[in-house]
Amino acid sequence: MNTLSNLMIPLLVFALLIYALAKKVNVYDSFCKGAKEGIKLSIEIFPFFLAMIFGMNLLLESGFITDFFSLLNPLLTQFHIPLEILPMALIRPISGNASFVVMIDIIKTYGVDSYLARIAAILQGATDTTIYVLSLYFGSVGIKKIRYALKAGLLVDFLTVVMAIFLVSILF
Amino acid sequence: MMNKIWAFFILIGIGYGVITGKVDLVNQKIISSGTDTLNLVMVSAPLMILWSGIMQIAKDAGLLSKLAKVFSPLFRFIFPELNEKDEALEYIASNLIINMLGIHNASTPFGLKAMKCLQEKNKKKDTATRSMITFLILNTSGVTLIATDILAIRLMYGSKNPTELILPTILATLTNTILALFIDRLFYRREKRNEHA
Repeated sequence: MNTLSNLMIPLLVFALLIYALAKKVNVYDSFCKGAKEGIKLSIEIFPFFLAMIFGMNLLLESGFITDFFSLLNPLLTQFHIPLEILPMALIRPISGNASFVVMIDIIKTYGVDSYLARIAAILQGATDTTIYVLSLYFGSVGIKKIRYALKAGLLVDFLTVVMAIFLVSILF
Repeated sequence: MMNKIWAFFILIGIGYGVITGKVDLVNQKIISSGTDTLNLVMVSAPLMILWSGIMQIAKDAGLLSKLAKVFSPLFRFIFPELNEKDEALEYIASNLIINMLGIHNASTPFGLKAMKCLQEKNKKKDTATRSMITFLILNTSGVTLIATDILAIRLMYGSKNPTELILPTILATLTNTILALFIDRLFYRREKRNEHA
């Protein structure tokens, strides 16, 4: 499994180069041209990176998210949503790195093959960082009015949490 | 919108942090955010630049337009406002495929290029188009076929069967992508109805 995924990127690059050479592309020139544009892109998105990390750092470190949701505990147990999964579910749309750390915490506390750790792993794999992607992608082209994008994205995230809990409950 | 979310993050972060007696931590985070970002960029930017170069090779070899062609029946349904020959579709197809393979650093340049192409045709430059929203919702619903980093962690912590979650994860990601498309349409229709009302 691991060797297969390790091989994926080298194979991808290898096959692409063969194909491009067969099509008589000047691969060296193309690469340099693309990389030049890549530098411009990375500089352009830096301010949005900085803004997002600044905001996320403060929100996550203040402990607001975890405290707020422990208040909702009674309501959630009624819907059979385990409280321990909440920080994970909440941080996942904001930061992939932060939710990865939460996932490892859950694995350490409850065991890697526990109900909670399985839900957390599926959540980590099945969805992406909605708020982060929206701010970066819209920010990079100067969109300010994002209409229903956030509402729809977060609704999908919520349904994914429900789905992950449901799947782990019936499959294991 | 972004304006409000960002301000909310910071005001709540500082306000709540100070009330609960974490002034030192808040202070430290404000100072370290710049370095944190730079560290992240130092790791991700070179990769992004490298993949931008590789992306250009694929584009010049005509591979991206081929990819978009393969997906065009699907795209016609998902992006009704885009023309079949639209350059944006090439980048969208590549972005989604590379995400599926779990190479996230490589997918970002494609995604940003797609947004740029879509923005060129946008008449109201400060407002998101329907296609942009559909693309980003597809992107954030995260179609990942094999999440290698999670597999590695489960292996490391001695799971009895580290790969057992691959199938449920694919199942979850497929369902939520279909749900995402459905929800996107629903919200779009609702907004349109409200405009006419």
